[in-house]
Amino acid sequence: MFRKIAISAVSALTLMSGSAWATEGTTQITNVDFSFQGPFGKFDEHQLQRGLQVYTEVCSACHGLKFLRIGALAEPGGPNLPEDQVKAYAKTITVTDAVTGEDRPATPADHFPANLAAGAPDLSVMAKARKGFSGPYGLGTNQLFKGMGGPEYIYSMLTGFTGESKEIAGVTLYENHAFPGGWMAMMNEALVADQVTYADGTEASLENEAEDVSAFLMWAAEPKMMTRKESGLKAVLLLGLLSVLLYLTNKKLWSKVKGKKLAH
Amino acid sequence: MAGIPHDHYEPKPGFQTWLHNRLPVVSLLYDTLMLPTPKNLNWMWIWGIVLTFCLALQIVTGIVLAMHYTPNVDMAFASVEHIMRDVNGGVMLRYLHANGASLFFFAVYCHIFRGLYYGSYKAPREVTWVIGMIIYFLMIATAFMGYVLPWGQMSFWGATVITGLFGAIPGVGTALQEWLLGGFAVGNATLNRFFSLHYLLPFVIAGLVGVHIWAFHTTGNNNPTGVEVRRTSKAEVEADTVPFWPYYVVKDLFALAVIMMIFFAIVGFMPNYLGDPDNYIQANPLATPAHIVPEWYLLPFYAILRTFDNTVWVVQLVHFVTFGIVDSKLFGVIAMAGAILAMALAPWLDTSSVRSGRYRPMFKAWFAVLVVDFVVLMWCGSQVPSAFTGWVGLIASTYWFAYFLVILPLLGVLEKPLLQPVSIEADFKSHYADPAE
Repeated sequence: MFRKIAISAVSALTLMSGSAWATEGTTQITNVDFSFQGPFGKFDEHQLQRGLQVYTEVCSACHGLKFLRIGALAEPGGPNLPEDQVKAYAKTITVTDAVTGEDRPATPADHFPANLAAGAPDLSVMAKARKGFSGPYGLGTNQLFKGMGGPEYIYSMLTGFTGESKEIAGVTLYENHAFPGGWMAMMNEALVADQVTYADGTEASLENEAEDVSAFLMWAAEPKMMTRKESGLKAVLLLGLLSVLLYLTNKKLWSKVKGKKLAH
Repeated sequence: MAGIPHDHYEPKPGFQTWLHNRLPVVSLLYDTLMLPTPKNLNWMWIWGIVLTFCLALQIVTGIVLAMHYTPNVDMAFASVEHIMRDVNGGVMLRYLHANGASLFFFAVYCHIFRGLYYGSYKAPREVTWVIGMIIYFLMIATAFMGYVLPWGQMSFWGATVITGLFGAIPGVGTALQEWLLGGFAVGNATLNRFFSLHYLLPFVIAGLVGVHIWAFHTTGNNNPTGVEVRRTSKAEVEADTVPFWPYYVVKDLFALAVIMMIFFAIVGFMPNYLGDPDNYIQANPLATPAHIVPEWYLLPFYAILRTFDNTVWVVQLVHFVTFGIVDSKLFGVIAMAGAILAMALAPWLDTSSVRSGRYRPMFKAWFAVLVVDFVVLMWCGSQVPSAFTGWVGLIASTYWFAYFLVILPLLGVLEKPLLQPVSIEADFKSHYADPAE
């Protein structure tokens, strides 16, 4: 017991003294001009639909999306698929029923399944869990102007493989310019050009596929982004109006007490 | 209530008198709202209302969030995602609450530095100041425990590091740490008690806010001149003050509306800017994040905690003198707590008889350095430790203590203050034309 306490105390101490070093600054993140950026930016539903296709045909082999409800695909502010298409899409996914414990085709009310098979991380909130931009010098102005850069990180990672690989303790690692540390367990040919065929005729280059799936994952991480921005805009406009009215009220009220400012 | 003489509530015969004789609640409201307030208050006096609003906002959004949140290590992260995806208005509720904490701390720092510059902590307002410091301390505790609730990586590891500090206390440390955690490590018991306390403490804060307001309603507000409202006659009071209602209520509401506009822009358009992306990764006791940092508002004191490591000679000396009882870890904890304590003791450390910094030329410069120092400490706390941040942090931490323990006591003796105005009215007249003209 004493040993456990000692270990936790020592580990807390080492954490405090900051022996952990980040590898920031060595990664290369491309700034992508996504349609949903900025206060008025909106998701491009066609891009989200293409991203869904990339996720379904490629990423879902190893990654899950356990917090995303399948039915959200039909909601406005997202891929906005027709209800019947979502129902049909759901049927292609097999989920384990929470009550009966048996496998069955999914319905829109179900979540996308978790995928633990390959030990790959769940992608539900991945676009918010990664930082593409930081600094400069820890000042945070890059994030202020470019955004946190989660989807940019995903894009850069998917397009950032060098083709080099190495084996450490039986695990093959692949060199990637976006991944912190430079070597990651995800295979360098996980996503390649022409891996999907887009129905709308968009060229399935690696860059397009990566951009589409990054946008889709941003939506998956925050399906209510459009509602949030609308609420924000309404609040800002109303409060702006209220500010003007209160400014005038305040000025009128104080005019009885306070005269013009005297020059010194 | 004692204090500045002013008109009191006179109940009319009938129901008003009937109620007043049984519960003088209208009288209390009247006295609170009609408080004579110095008429020269500037825009730095608006933070009190912003803070009161923040507390209300946090309590209201928090209560609703608690209806949908599950304090269990296996379900907490998922329940937050449930709020973000399935609860009506859940996105706004959670982002308002998370960014509300940032606004709360931004406002409290403005409020504290206002008090430090205009000498609001000096007699007879020491009790107001000390209560304020206790509120600030409880805010830190509440915010810290609230940050643990989403059960992300930074929640878990932040909790591990900070509760680990209690383990540094000699003798009872480990026992105290285990008692706080409800186990040997941060786990389900910890999450549950943090949730319970995170719900409780805001109401304690609300009570203390009442006492804080009561205290300064007794002494009257300080003001930018630091010269007291004259109290010998009602005519003099009326020349120095205006009633809080409607003058300051409207002014404060205007300021609040502008601040809310900026706040809602952040919540609506960039709600994750102030947060750490790592907290969107579910807590994993087996994977330590590369860089553990608290939220921005705790960074200055986190920097002070981290600065005093084994390489600092004072730490080595204290370690030697105390036969190792005060090691570098305990020294850091003492320094962090001491940094807030030093601030709380400002009323007794400042020896100057002049209240407002406006009439203290030397003080002004040292105060400006303190503000810069605070920002530098915040930056240091956010950085991955290096030799450079170590030095900057050490200098900045030393200045923080030097300001309160050395500079404030000495300035009162060394400084030759400027002439203060005879009254608020005189100062006001020298700045503003007569409105009748």
